[in-house]
Amino acid sequence: MDIYESHSINKKEKELLLNYLGRDPSHTEIGIFSVMWSEHCSYKSSRHWLKKLHTEGIQVIQGPGENAGVVDIGDNQAIIFKMESHNHPSFIEPYQGAATGVGGIMRDVFTMGARPIALVNSIRFGELTHPKTKFLLSGVVAGIGGYGNCVGIPTIAGETGFDSSYNGNNLVNAMCVGLTTKDKIFYSKASGIGNPVVYVGAKTGRDGIHGATMASGEFDDESEKNRPTVQVGDPYAEKLLLEACLELMQKDAIISIQDMGAAGLTSSSVEMADKGKVGIQLNLDNIPTRQQNLTAYEMMLSESQERMLMVLKPEKTEIAKEVFEKWDVDFAIVGKITETNNIVVLHNGMIEADIPIKFLTDNAPMYKREKIKKNKRKRKLQLLPSIKPKDAILKILNSPNICSKKWIWEQYDRTIMANTLNDAGGDAGLVRIENTEKAIAMSCDVNPRYCHADAKKGAMQAVAECWRNIISMGAKPLAITNCLNFGNPEKPEIMNDFVETIIGIRDASIALDFPVVSGNVSLYNETNGDAIKNTPTIGGVGLVENISVLNNFGSLNIGDSIYMIGKKGSHLSCSTLEEVYNGESSIDPPEIDLYQEKLNGNGVLELIQEKIITSCHDISDGGMIVTICEMIMLDDRGATINIVDNNKMMGELFGEDQSRYIITISPELESIFEKKMKKRGVKYEPIGYITSSQLKINDSIIISNNEIRDAYESLIPSVMNNMA
Amino acid sequence: MNVTIIRFPGTNCDLDTANAVKKVLGIVPKIISCKEDKIPKSDLIIIPGGFSYGDYLRSGAIAAREPIMDDLELRANQGVYIIGICNGFQILTERKLLQGSLLKNSSLKFISKSVELKINRNDTFFTSKYQTDEVVNIPIAHHDGNFFADQDTLDSIEDNNQVALRYLNPINGSLNNIAGLYNKNLNILGLMPHPERAVDLKTGTNDGSRIFESALNFYST
Repeated sequence: MDIYESHSINKKEKELLLNYLGRDPSHTEIGIFSVMWSEHCSYKSSRHWLKKLHTEGIQVIQGPGENAGVVDIGDNQAIIFKMESHNHPSFIEPYQGAATGVGGIMRDVFTMGARPIALVNSIRFGELTHPKTKFLLSGVVAGIGGYGNCVGIPTIAGETGFDSSYNGNNLVNAMCVGLTTKDKIFYSKASGIGNPVVYVGAKTGRDGIHGATMASGEFDDESEKNRPTVQVGDPYAEKLLLEACLELMQKDAIISIQDMGAAGLTSSSVEMADKGKVGIQLNLDNIPTRQQNLTAYEMMLSESQERMLMVLKPEKTEIAKEVFEKWDVDFAIVGKITETNNIVVLHNGMIEADIPIKFLTDNAPMYKREKIKKNKRKRKLQLLPSIKPKDAILKILNSPNICSKKWIWEQYDRTIMANTLNDAGGDAGLVRIENTEKAIAMSCDVNPRYCHADAKKGAMQAVAECWRNIISMGAKPLAITNCLNFGNPEKPEIMNDFVETIIGIRDASIALDFPVVSGNVSLYNETNGDAIKNTPTIGGVGLVENISVLNNFGSLNIGDSIYMIGKKGSHLSCSTLEEVYNGESSIDPPEIDLYQEKLNGNGVLELIQEKIITSCHDISDGGMIVTICEMIMLDDRGATINIVDNNKMMGELFGEDQSRYIITISPELESIFEKKMKKRGVKYEPIGYITSSQLKINDSIIISNNEIRDAYESLIPSVMNNMA
Repeated sequence: MNVTIIRFPGTNCDLDTANAVKKVLGIVPKIISCKEDKIPKSDLIIIPGGFSYGDYLRSGAIAAREPIMDDLELRANQGVYIIGICNGFQILTERKLLQGSLLKNSSLKFISKSVELKINRNDTFFTSKYQTDEVVNIPIAHHDGNFFADQDTLDSIEDNNQVALRYLNPINGSLNNIAGLYNKNLNILGLMPHPERAVDLKTGTNDGSRIFESALNFYST
């Protein structure tokens, strides 16, 4: 293997590199090219398609292209948020991989001037019974908690999924939401020839070298030897860095700022200079290091955590230094902005690298990879006729993807900052904005089963599901971020799914006015050639203008009527019921009508905001009956449900038809409700009513609250607490 | 009433605690860095929760040895009222201002949930607004809250009626379900639960407010 191959630079890319430079690169330069041209940094397979996403709206202050997206929430306030994957490192070293994923996404948010106010995550593992799952799940959860809890940001929402396609590649997608004022948003664009480039944060060590390259490759049986490429997190250092940066941001000293994430010093310096169309010169002699004799190559490629790069106003350098010293955070002037348009790296009096920046950015390889639609073998839904509804309800509640994830979220500090409004209670997380009556709802969603069966429909559904979860909290959906987790894009059928996913996200976000403002792509999620199911995780935020409308919302009263918003269910193909009984899915996920989605969602939002209904939850995995079970468990109530036609029972209980919600309402408000829905053209169906306890369906099926709760809550603790 | 909050590097509940004091008492507390030489004149000093010095070595161990803790100890001996919440409790035990120690939870996991607690006595500076044996709901969020003391110490804690709060149900392995503890003179209170996160019904519970109200009550009556 030659030095290019060992840096994951293929033959064509090597020719391109030599052609650009017109000479042989130094070792450090090969390192710089390899990380900047890696899939992780260059988006070389996805860039062309990502441009097709819908990224605009009156609420958008900053769309994709910065450290995070920014949306307007009125009163001169803005929400800054993004989601990022840390899949590859989390599989190799789950605790540190997940912890640094959380740390990295937090920095993306506070580097723009926002104080983080909440964390959300989407994590996916192989089958719960797979020998590695227990180790990975406990490590990832401890890592997410270990980092977020220590920095002091509540983790308030998330989703956890299990599927055999993740046996060799688990997913960790972490989202951070921050708050700032509109006039205090910081960007990464460098400017001002001669201005100082300043390094702040933790010292640089040898950890994480080539993390970005590792994250751009597939796994095989020897992947564990990549462990040294996984970074080690120090949330304590992050907390100090956070406070120091936010303090300096009040002092009009910063021209631009960027966190050192993947590809560390290299990508942060290159990206800042590139955005400002300037050059940058770094003198590595001044980099704070953890050990002696780090080479230029190592310093440029290290992914040591909790570091930032800033361009400062020269006259404010001393003030900045004082702030960082006060917080015990390293501060070093490590370079300057130049007019050369090159990145020049000096070390021990030698020029270690001198590369025109455009070769690393705009002129980096970009591929419009071949895509072929795979003809999926049609498989008809076949359910055993002998399935009894009661057994199916309990079996689904006790299945890995539906069951309670309390074992997980009880390890996350959810109440710090004292603004968490619905601790573990709703379809989305909800945090109040301090000193206001506003709150931000947030949710992470995707159904890989649908995405695998039909990439476009699955992507549309993920956006719609996220929108629905936010609506269910009484919030107006604002915008989304995403993590597009896929296998090897060099396989035409995977590339095809990727492109269809983009189209699906685009169509749904246009229809729902739910634009994409930030995101991340994670490809090559494969082990020994087996790819994960497409997993385009969607993270959304929404705004509650006045939380007083939510007083008493979410509590079921005995005698409340239960209605469904939308049509009765019937679609069982690709459903949870099918997965739980057949172990695999047919390829026909439910249709999604985006016009109906918007109509229903806006109808529900009006019902909540006008305080007409007492609770609302969307219908998703597992169908209507899972939603109802979750509702009565939350409030320790019961429900009586009527199914008119016994032959349609399974479809009505377990169908996963889209755009639907379950609401409860006091009987005396039913006529107002009906009038409002008819006026909007929203379909609804009476389902039953709330009782004091037990679930009763047509007098023939009775399930006690204990049976429901045992089924729902026992699975994960029984697996995870069994030390054998 | 003058309230001072001491912030160590890694403290992360300082702002929440200050907000709670403001909200409940209408008093703006002073937040000081542990690098200050002296604590200003205070009627109540609060060491809030967090991960001081990253909880490296042992939770609270490094903070307990900061020079400002000499001044805190002096004030404690003078009878100034002090609350340590969560990491603050750990710092106070590390400093030996409170007895016992807080070990890793018996589950070896971080636990974040709202828990039921029983008020052990209501005749102290911190609890006059509660009833004895009243059950309240306050969130906990900690990894090292498993109260431990040797048998003699535990006996003396019980004999002197130094328990402030007990978990209604075992949660983290704490001996005698101890969730909150006084020193012998009853002017220092260590709490694993977070009363500052329980001052507003909108966030689930306001059962923590009365800790602060009790303190104010003492000074205003």
